[in-house]
Amino acid sequence: MALLQISEPGMSREPHQHRLAVGIDLGTTNSLVATVRSGIAVVLNDAEGHALLPSVVRYFPNGTTAVGYPAQAELVCDPRNTVVSVKRFMGRGLKDVAHAENCPYDFLDSPGMVQLRTCAGVKSPVEISAEILRTLRARAETALSGELVGAVITVPAYFDDAQRQATKDAARLAGLNVLRLLNEPTAAAIAYGLDNASEGVYAVFDLGGGTFDISILRLSKGVFEVLATNGDASLGGDDFDHRVFCWIVEQARPAPLSDEDTRLLLTEAREAKEHLSSHNEARITARLGTGELIDNTLPLKTYAEVTRTLVQKTIAPVKKALRDAGLTVDDVNGVVMVGGATRMPQIQQAVAEFFKQAPLNNLDPDKVVALGAAIQADVLAGNRPAGDDWLLLDVIPLSLGLETMGGLVERVIPRNSTIPIAKAQEFTTFKDGQTAMAIHVVQGERELVSDCRSLARFELRGIPPMVAGAARIRVTFQVDADGLLSVSAREATTGVEAAVAVKPSYGLSDGEITQMLQDSVSHSGDDAQARALNEQRVEARRMEEAVTAALAADADLLTPAELADIRAALAALVEVASGSDRGAITTALERVNKITEPFAARRMDRSIDQAFKGKKLEDMKI
Amino acid sequence: MPVTLTEKAAKHVSNFIAKRGKGVGLRLGVRTTGCSGMAYKLEFADDVNPEDTLFESHGVKVIVDPKSLPYLEGTELDFAREGLNEGFKFRNPNVKDECGCGESFNI
Repeated sequence: MALLQISEPGMSREPHQHRLAVGIDLGTTNSLVATVRSGIAVVLNDAEGHALLPSVVRYFPNGTTAVGYPAQAELVCDPRNTVVSVKRFMGRGLKDVAHAENCPYDFLDSPGMVQLRTCAGVKSPVEISAEILRTLRARAETALSGELVGAVITVPAYFDDAQRQATKDAARLAGLNVLRLLNEPTAAAIAYGLDNASEGVYAVFDLGGGTFDISILRLSKGVFEVLATNGDASLGGDDFDHRVFCWIVEQARPAPLSDEDTRLLLTEAREAKEHLSSHNEARITARLGTGELIDNTLPLKTYAEVTRTLVQKTIAPVKKALRDAGLTVDDVNGVVMVGGATRMPQIQQAVAEFFKQAPLNNLDPDKVVALGAAIQADVLAGNRPAGDDWLLLDVIPLSLGLETMGGLVERVIPRNSTIPIAKAQEFTTFKDGQTAMAIHVVQGERELVSDCRSLARFELRGIPPMVAGAARIRVTFQVDADGLLSVSAREATTGVEAAVAVKPSYGLSDGEITQMLQDSVSHSGDDAQARALNEQRVEARRMEEAVTAALAADADLLTPAELADIRAALAALVEVASGSDRGAITTALERVNKITEPFAARRMDRSIDQAFKGKKLEDMKI
Repeated sequence: MPVTLTEKAAKHVSNFIAKRGKGVGLRLGVRTTGCSGMAYKLEFADDVNPEDTLFESHGVKVIVDPKSLPYLEGTELDFAREGLNEGFKFRNPNVKDECGCGESFNI
């Protein structure tokens, strides 16, 4: 149990509350939200009991929106203002969007990201995704009756920075604090508890509504590394619907279809496909706008035939991914199935045949990504008790370092290092006879301590008095698997030690991290200058210390005129060192250096004299 | 059943009170809060209220308010060091279970 401290009367600390955090699978076709309740990840349903939220947003002329099933239901009658598969447009320009000409939207190419003109105005994919996220957030807050501290949102492993950033922006717009973006295949692997295995290679086969992804992951020491990804950005359950749709049209040969009838028949086709996952045939009936009646029965065998080429299309990317990873089918320890389309028996069979093993199926393929994200969110929100055997699959977001003389940052662990990690560096004393050292642990990418975030301070005492620079103090930074940083300092000759434990990145939001990273880039010029200036100042102070100490000891070696000269040069140095003209400090330093040269030589002679005086040559060991 | 301190805990409490410069003893209590229902209160005491129950353990006065007393009867307060942290630990025979972190409990 936790260790308690005595508080002042009436000031007892509130114990921590269970922090509500969710995992969100923001999918092309469907989105889900899940959380960990009493240690078990569960998907949160809406008031009607639906787990899936169709990723469909409909805009109305008055600016209001409908999201999910109500929007999907109206897809047929308002295709222009009802946006489906917005994920395909995230962070993409118009030219990057595949088959834009097939989408019934009024695209507007704008710099960076394509936009859509709807009856409610021009909307960016970020705003549209935010509508979906807002709906999920409301669902979660109702279900959990409380405000969320944050969410883990999943993204495809191949998402680039622009797409990831767009996803984050959408979350922020929806009022969600993004704890982390998690790769979808990693989330799926976490949901299956594969992170508990010690080592292994896993394939994650993700056939969603509109996209097919295959990821090859290697788990080592609790960290999932994406070895290779491949896939087909325009292959998914929708294509199977389309094959069925084509089959219906071929069978019935109706008059040319209107937009509405096309949607209607596509919906029928999707229902038939879903039905065929657990039945041997599906009946398709629909009345078209023209009054024509469609009535057909699709047997499973025929369905398998019309979709055979689609199934085969999934295997080529799998082979490529394995080749890219330098692995063979025999190296794969397990195959995780993700995405509703993997329910299709012909897909299951094809995967089992290819990998020569039955794929992992016991979790709902629609939910597995959201469940994994929820588990990760629970950890990131700090709900796991200390000592729980869980490895955070992560890197440190910002560099960790310590303050050195002159307010400069010495980085010890660079950002993006995978944790756990330990690194040590040696430091020394600045002054003669210095017996203590203050250690100030900071986090950030900037050169100056004042621009970074202070994490902890502690002191190492009991350093034996030595001349400046002689002590060897080894400072070790260690970030354990829980993201807990401990810093220890040890003086080499005496072995005196001091240590402190801090929690890095805690309380630093992604926004702050982004801001800090941006600052470090935009200020890198300033920082370099500030660093150079501070280094000169430190040098000036060191020089001043050294000369003052020497004068105190051996001023009698100097003529009054020499003494006055040195004192004047020193005063000049002290004065410019408080300013910010680096050149002037350098010049003053050089002058002091030069003017004290004869003095230094005489001091050297005197100390040699003293060492030799009164000793016989044979007594001396040279 | 009295509420007691271990010798180690009593020594630390006396030190803390001495360092603080004032205080008549240590107030233990229970609040209804936290993820498992209740949480401990561990405070310096400057006053003793008439309704409080007083225990004395290794020379330290332990003060418990009447509402908390039923939940704390038989409790022993210990002082422990775990890694870099040190602090007080409640050994409460009334506790049925506690949350994972041990900051709150229920009875």
